[in-house]
Amino acid sequence: MPAQRWRNLLVQTLIAAGLLALLWWLLDATATNMRERGIRSGFDFLLEPAGFGIGESLLPFDSTDSALWALAAGLANTLRVALPAIFISTMLGTLVGLGRLSPNLLLRKLCAAYVEALRNVPLLLQLLAWYFIVTDLLPAASEALQLAPHVFLSKSGLSVPWLGGDDGLLDLPQRGAMNVSGGAAMTPEYLALLLGLSLYTAAYVAETVRAGIAAVPRGQSEAALALGLTRLQNFRLVLLPQALRGIIPPLTNQHLSLTKNASLAVAIGYPELVSVANTTLNQTGRAAECIALIMAVYLILSLLTAWLSAWLERRSGRWADRS
Amino acid sequence: MTQGPPLHDWLRRNLFSDAFSSATTVALVAAALWWLPGLIDWLLLQAVFRADAGACQAASHAGACWGVVAEKYRVILFGRYPHEEQWRPLLATALLLVVIVASGRRLLPLRVMATAWAITLPAFFVLMGGGRFGLQPVGSDQWGGFPLTLLLATLGMLLAFPLAILVALGRFSGLPLLRGLCRSYVELVRGVPLISVLFLASFLFPLLLPPGISIDVLLRVLLGIVLFAAAYLSETIRGGLLAIPAGQHDAAAALGLGRWQAMRWIILPQALRAVVPSMMNSAVSIFKDTSLVTVVSLYELTGSLSLALAGDPEWRSFHLEGYLFIALIYWIGCHAMSRFSRGFEHAARLADRSTPT
Repeated sequence: MPAQRWRNLLVQTLIAAGLLALLWWLLDATATNMRERGIRSGFDFLLEPAGFGIGESLLPFDSTDSALWALAAGLANTLRVALPAIFISTMLGTLVGLGRLSPNLLLRKLCAAYVEALRNVPLLLQLLAWYFIVTDLLPAASEALQLAPHVFLSKSGLSVPWLGGDDGLLDLPQRGAMNVSGGAAMTPEYLALLLGLSLYTAAYVAETVRAGIAAVPRGQSEAALALGLTRLQNFRLVLLPQALRGIIPPLTNQHLSLTKNASLAVAIGYPELVSVANTTLNQTGRAAECIALIMAVYLILSLLTAWLSAWLERRSGRWADRS
Repeated sequence: MTQGPPLHDWLRRNLFSDAFSSATTVALVAAALWWLPGLIDWLLLQAVFRADAGACQAASHAGACWGVVAEKYRVILFGRYPHEEQWRPLLATALLLVVIVASGRRLLPLRVMATAWAITLPAFFVLMGGGRFGLQPVGSDQWGGFPLTLLLATLGMLLAFPLAILVALGRFSGLPLLRGLCRSYVELVRGVPLISVLFLASFLFPLLLPPGISIDVLLRVLLGIVLFAAAYLSETIRGGLLAIPAGQHDAAAALGLGRWQAMRWIILPQALRAVVPSMMNSAVSIFKDTSLVTVVSLYELTGSLSLALAGDPEWRSFHLEGYLFIALIYWIGCHAMSRFSRGFEHAARLADRSTPT
């Protein structure tokens, strides 16, 4: 149908022309606005000194370093909280999800209550509440709670033993008269964010795991048990490989939302990417550039995750075929 | 299994089916005995319910200070809205809630409901904003608390829905350019955090408009929420469209319906009905996500709690009770929506079973 093809081409050209006109009109208005308000544009600010400090940073940073390096430190901080949170939420979520399928009524109800309570309250509110609990309700560092030998929890955060130290093996935190010193210290901001993100996402992971296992037909378990497999063998060899196919794609989505949700740290002052970009924005006034940078970084993270997810799916498919 | 009295059987099945289950039961009961008395003590027995800061301080966190809610509930619920005018947001919120609940339970015919919405939404704005019928004008920068949360969530969902349908249909268009545009929009928005979209709305939208035209921050943020929610909703709807069996398309074509007619009358209605539960999930997300607008200085429920407590040294140490109070409000809203979704699924299954195929 050549007539149809020509019509399609015409319509598409019109759409493209309309979009370009709209874009031009918006850019023109923006340029006029920026001229009138004296706003400069461009990415040159990235190489100038940032001019602000970052509370805690994995990468060495001080205020004379460039804004670009500040953003890199922010991204490193995002990953520093997101990766452990992904691990904790996956473990805890799997346990809670399995708990919801337990034959034990109490355990089932408890896990259901956990999911219901955490999923139905905004994450931001949970983060603020955790931050308040850590910074206001915990004892001061001089009276830090001792959770385990050499693990201290207080208003100033959590201190745990870490590699290194004077003897070159373990650096053990000690409670002094004023503060806790030594070991690896997590700031209250980091702790609240890690807790909040992990517990909230675990509720979603639990639902994913439960749905994935519930989707495996009952007959599979019955057949496995009839063949004389134990409950554990049935779970490991029959249920899990089949359930994983349904679990992995939504699970990677949960991990991705967790990473995006780490941006809520801006509300409690943990210096991750969005928080640093927000400070840069306020200092330099380059709104468009800073927002574009945030979006670009997250888009790249999303693409990487999508790619990783596809790879995992292929692998889990192979695993299921083999067993 | 031996036959015993019903209670015995029930216990055995649910609590003591094997050694692991029995151990779990014992451990959980022990934990409950250990924790519950303290929790009940804190929540109720030692709690202070009067709006008395002195009594709350005296209880020194051994009991909850619900007095903070008694003292501050007007600021928490209505934000910076002028105190003597607060009957207006109360009435507006009540009206909107009635219409939402009535729509959810399908109490009235569709046409009546549509009229009710058409009256309630403008009424909400007139009541909140004033300036008409002798109501004192109240700028939208003073709107806050629960009415703002409800407004952003409701309008966000209502406006995102048609956009999402258009985008979902666009992805099945015969025009590669349109397909590509819709796909890029969805992938772009779903790849970035909501907070960056809100920054965009709050910092960049004012620059995009020609000089002389300005839209207020509430509308800009609402537009941001709509653009964000529509991307997620359109993926849900697209999933529904993909799930419709090819036979439906063929049958519609055989009846002489064109492509778009078939879409409008055959495919879309079935697809939308199939994805109601997922759309309710999106609605729950939007409702929760409205809490983020506090980052761009709109004082909805979460923001107005900080407004109420952060600056007040007498009550500042009782944030936790305040958080629990608004968490309860969010929880009730989300829970009601998921209950509705489950009810709908159940009804849909019953309907499917009764239709002869």
